[in-house]
Amino acid sequence: MAVTGLIFVGYVLAHMYGNLKVFAGQDSFDEYAHHLREFGEPILPYEGFLWIARVVLILAVIGHAYSAFKLWHRAAVARKEKYSARRVAKSTLSSRTMRWGGVTLLAFIVFHILHLTTRTITPGSNSDSPYERLVAGFQPERWWLVLIYLVALVALGMHLRHGVWSACQTLGFTNTAASRRRANLAGISLAVIVAVGFALVPISVLFGIVD
Amino acid sequence: MTETTPPTEGTTAAASDAEGFFRLGEPIADTKAPRGVPIDQKWTTRKFEARLVNPANRRKLSVIMVGTGLAGGAAAATLGEAGYHVKAFCYQDSPRRAHSIAAQGGINAAKNYKEDGDSTFRLFYDTVKGGDYRARETNVYRLAEVSANIIDQCVAQGVPFAREYGGLLDNRSFGGVQVSRTFYARGQTGQQLLIGAYQAMERQVAAGTVEDFTRHEMLELVVVDGRARGIIARDLVTGEIQTHLADVVVLASGGYGNVFFLSTNAMGSNVTATWRAHRKGAYFGNPCYTQIHPTCIPVSGSHQSKLTLMSESLRNDGRIWVPKKKADCDKDPRDIPEEDRDYYLERIYPSFGNLVPRDIASRQAKNMCDEGRGVGPEVDGVRRGVYLDFSDAIGRLGRKAVENKYGNLFDMYQQITGENPYETPMRIYPAVHYTMGGLWVDYDLQSTIPGLFVTGEANFSDHGANRLGASALMQGLADGYFVLPNTIRDYLADGPFEKIDESHPAVVEARQSVENRVATFLNTKGTRSVDSYHRELGNIMWEYCGMERTAEGLRKAIELIRTLRDDFWRNVKVLGAADTLNQSLERAGRVADFLELGELMCIDALNRRESCGGHFRAESQTEDGEALRDDANFAYVAAWEWGGDGGQPVLHKEDLVYEAIEMKQRSYK
Amino acid sequence: MRLTLKIWRQPNSAAAGELRTYQLDDVSEDTSFLEMLDMLNEQLTGTDEEPVAFDSDCREGICGTCGVMINGQAHGPEVTTTCQLHMRSFSDGDTITIEPWRADAFPVLRDLIVDRGAFDRIIQQGGYISVNTGSAPDAHATAVPKKNADRAFDVATCIGCGACVAACPNGSASLFLGAKITHLGELPQGQAERDTRVVNMVAQHDHEGFGGCTNIGECTAACPKEIPLDVISQLNKDLRTAMRHGL
Ligand SMILES: Cc1cc2nc3c(=O)[nH]c(=O)nc-3n(C[C@H](O)[C@H](O)[C@H](O)COP(=O)(O)OP(=O)(O)OC[C@H]3O[C@@H](n4cnc5c(N)ncnc54)[C@H](O)[C@@H]3O)c2cc1C
Ligand code: HEM
Ligand code: HEM
Ligand code: SF4
Ligand code: F3S
Ligand code: FES
Repeated sequence: MAVTGLIFVGYVLAHMYGNLKVFAGQDSFDEYAHHLREFGEPILPYEGFLWIARVVLILAVIGHAYSAFKLWHRAAVARKEKYSARRVAKSTLSSRTMRWGGVTLLAFIVFHILHLTTRTITPGSNSDSPYERLVAGFQPERWWLVLIYLVALVALGMHLRHGVWSACQTLGFTNTAASRRRANLAGISLAVIVAVGFALVPISVLFGIVD
Repeated sequence: MTETTPPTEGTTAAASDAEGFFRLGEPIADTKAPRGVPIDQKWTTRKFEARLVNPANRRKLSVIMVGTGLAGGAAAATLGEAGYHVKAFCYQDSPRRAHSIAAQGGINAAKNYKEDGDSTFRLFYDTVKGGDYRARETNVYRLAEVSANIIDQCVAQGVPFAREYGGLLDNRSFGGVQVSRTFYARGQTGQQLLIGAYQAMERQVAAGTVEDFTRHEMLELVVVDGRARGIIARDLVTGEIQTHLADVVVLASGGYGNVFFLSTNAMGSNVTATWRAHRKGAYFGNPCYTQIHPTCIPVSGSHQSKLTLMSESLRNDGRIWVPKKKADCDKDPRDIPEEDRDYYLERIYPSFGNLVPRDIASRQAKNMCDEGRGVGPEVDGVRRGVYLDFSDAIGRLGRKAVENKYGNLFDMYQQITGENPYETPMRIYPAVHYTMGGLWVDYDLQSTIPGLFVTGEANFSDHGANRLGASALMQGLADGYFVLPNTIRDYLADGPFEKIDESHPAVVEARQSVENRVATFLNTKGTRSVDSYHRELGNIMWEYCGMERTAEGLRKAIELIRTLRDDFWRNVKVLGAADTLNQSLERAGRVADFLELGELMCIDALNRRESCGGHFRAESQTEDGEALRDDANFAYVAAWEWGGDGGQPVLHKEDLVYEAIEMKQRSYK
Repeated sequence: MRLTLKIWRQPNSAAAGELRTYQLDDVSEDTSFLEMLDMLNEQLTGTDEEPVAFDSDCREGICGTCGVMINGQAHGPEVTTTCQLHMRSFSDGDTITIEPWRADAFPVLRDLIVDRGAFDRIIQQGGYISVNTGSAPDAHATAVPKKNADRAFDVATCIGCGACVAACPNGSASLFLGAKITHLGELPQGQAERDTRVVNMVAQHDHEGFGGCTNIGECTAACPKEIPLDVISQLNKDLRTAMRHGL
């Protein structure tokens, strides 16, 4: 769980870095997308690197989701009779919404791939330039698309906020109060950086900063 | 197995105050401590003389262990390791919850790690003197002798005792002793020691040598052909009455302080196991010896169920006082000027002041409250509390220093009373804490019923008329780890005993009696709850058989108890059924036994017209109100034999012989 | 004060249970929570209704016997055991919902009483140091650095009450388990069995049907002894080390 989660974290950070190239202009962004596909040539075939990454990610998603549902199931059997009154004492909202948050993320990722990778859903434009597809998609009249992305980013932020801390705890890095504070801080910072970093793109398009 | 010594006519010339309440039986004596060897050789000799059991035979021998506190848990683990088949019973849901867990202060051991002059002999001497020369010398010496091994054993098990910066064990001095021999784990020594014993025992459960019977209560002893062969127990969850048979039975069921209803004991602590054995022939030693601890949190109202002890160490810095005038008793203590306060311990005992022994501090607090100068809320018309004031200490040492020393106690006090002891003085009052009496045992810890052994607080053996702080834990573990496993083998060497089954008439009879009793409780369908009887019994005991006892009061108490007991059997109300988890039913059985024990305690107290240790007879005091022992007439253990329902108990005297130590009178002025 | 109590009543583990409502008057704020229940039971006995069954023994916060959910919080609103909770934490006119610990590994035996035998069985799988009576070296043979001794003590204070399980949204006993692993793991005496201990105890924990830990942290908030979350991290670390050692 922690390992797959951390693979995701690495991936989202890289992906976010790529996305921010939007601000460097259309060429730079398209170049980057293209470069991704040529990376490693001629040792790897065209899109070879991308496919390796995809396989790793797909395996990670399967592994991550499998463990998630297993834990979910265990928790459900561990307490079949529920409390009629329940008051939360200390835990964060993020920690208690990992599962539904994860499911939201899964749904988003499917949607997102249909949108930008397979181009099955093509709001706005079906141009060959990923840049154009993006910019066309996030125009104000398609506010609902922006909303879907922003909701997903909130979910991602929350998932990371708890996920990072939790991974440190699971890997046994948090044996002292100080290291626990650090892990918590890392969770919060990463969550904010990632959520804000990604959100910059649709928001900038929405407000016409990028066009 | 018990040998009679020549009658002691000459020394009992004084007619007993309890004349008419009891019969005098043959004297009794211990026959197991080796004679003719010096005291420091007795235990080694006995261990050598006690016969061995071949390892292959041990598997065939079964032991019933009633109780899993320090005494029972340690013994179950050790006997399991040796390869016997042990069945361990406790009424709680886990062995780890036995009442031993509540002990705070520490455990004594003659390690002399501080090089401050401690030794086995000094620990022995202090214990005998602390017990006011009413304990059996041989047993106490052995206790001191094995004490050092206890610490080794516990450390190896992972008990986290307090340590110094060098990584070695820390000690403190406790209970007014001049050497530092008390090992401790913050204020939770009992918990840590018990968990060590519990873990050792659970290891044997996994190994298959110990079988755990939690939520099972022993309700009767099975005696076949004069030997203890098993118990009748009730499964407290299903209500099933079960028969468990074995080659030997050990009772490690703790003390009976709850006869007073309010005490520092756990809610479930009871006398049932030992009382049932007493009714089957085991003598009860010194039932009237109870210890009353001076620094407990007072009763706050008539709904109180239990009293909480606060470490004695508080008296090192706190000053105890009550208002001089009754009219000031309900005032805010901070508004009472210095000249209107009576620091009575400092006044009466100028040299010892607030540090007088437990029994004296307790008795004087009671006197103040009886005079009407108690403080705190009125409960049943009387204020029972005195101030323990830290304002001087805070002024002198600073709040920080006081907090470092006593912070956790202050927090506990605040938790319970809702008052902040840094600002207003604490209120304290004495409470029943420990019972030195218990089933009579010989040097082997065997009772007068062959095959019935008794360990820990349940027996009478090591503390005489008063127990020193940090010595009960020592005794429980000494009995459990080191003494019983060595003495019980001498008995088991004759086993396995003839096989009996559940159809044996003695077994059927025992089981039937338990079933009848349960049915009687449920069918009485009276009007008063079990708790209300317990509370009333507690009041009687506290009033007349508590800190100060008089012949007149004790006679009255016996009358009151008898009346109450009759009423109980006619009018008790126990709802529910026998075949379920039924807590009222559990309590009914315990209270019924307390109602019989209470009477015996009063008779014992009435007979003992002397003051010694925790037993203070108003008729036997010095001119300035101190306890006055009467060695000429009472240097004996009172071992009581059950006299039958409606009959009179029979007193057997065991003369106390001091060879290694000379008897002296205690004095604190 | 006057209280409305909604209490879980269930005759035995097989039967269905329900919340029943009772009124209780004249409760002094100095009574403890369990004494308040004692009062209710006196009242019920008076009206021929069977008293509410609940567990308690020491009533001093040390034995770990007591424990109920009070308004959805394990041991109630303060950081303490149910027996040490006092009525001054409530107000006149309050409605208080009282339920047993809920976890399938802790079946309800009656009303508010559950069976925590699973904890003993976890300990049986390695929660000890194997040393037979009489075979111990002198207590001073091995010095234990104060730092380790103190940490061992801090976590050895677990009273086995089960509040951590009751509070954990996953019904996990990881805090209880981690406390024992850390206690024994901090001491030199506990090293020999360190790997097998953690593997076997975790296996038993899972076998008993407790949930897995996802580091939510409700357990430590409910723990009356304030066992910190780092014991769970230590547990995970020890488990990983044991696996690396091929267990
Ligand atoms: C608040 C407090 C503080 C103390 N502090 C100290 C201290 O600092 N130092 C010290 O040395 N001593 C102290 N003591 C005294 C000491 O704790 C006890 O005397 C000692 O622990 C008794 O141990 P035990 O094994 O004999 O019995 P317990 O620990 O009382 O165990 C009794 C066992 O018997 C079982 N049992 C009882 N009746 C039955 C039955 N009918 N059927 C089945 N099972 C039964 C119980 O379930 C339990 O397992 C303190 C006592 C109290 C109350
Ligand atoms: C496929 C959809 C996803 C689902 C169903 C899902 C679900 C979960 C669940 C239930 C947990 C629970 C463990 C816990 O609460 O600690 C979890 C943990 C975690 N998730 Fe996800 N998640 C998904 C996607 C992601 C993504 C995209 C990332 C990162 C960008 C991620 C990062 C993490 C991390 C770091 C953890 C912590 C692992 C640990 O505790 O050891 N997850 N996830
Ligand atoms: C506003 C935010 C985002 C933007 C603008 C964005 C943009 C893109 C674009 C343009 C692609 C297509 C790249 C290509 O095919 O060349 C892509 C693919 C992808 N994105 Fe995003 N993305 C965003 C957020 C996310 C998030 C939050 C996640 C995961 C949690 C994510 C996961 C993916 C994945 C898995 C792919 C498919 C990669 C592949 O296999 O080709 N994206 N994204
Ligand atoms: S860890 Fe805390 S909550 Fe859990 S059993 Fe131990 S003391 Fe109770
Ligand atoms: S609440 Fe539960 S999820 Fe883990 S951190 Fe505590 S056991
Ligand atoms: S009754 Fe012992 S901890 Fe509450």
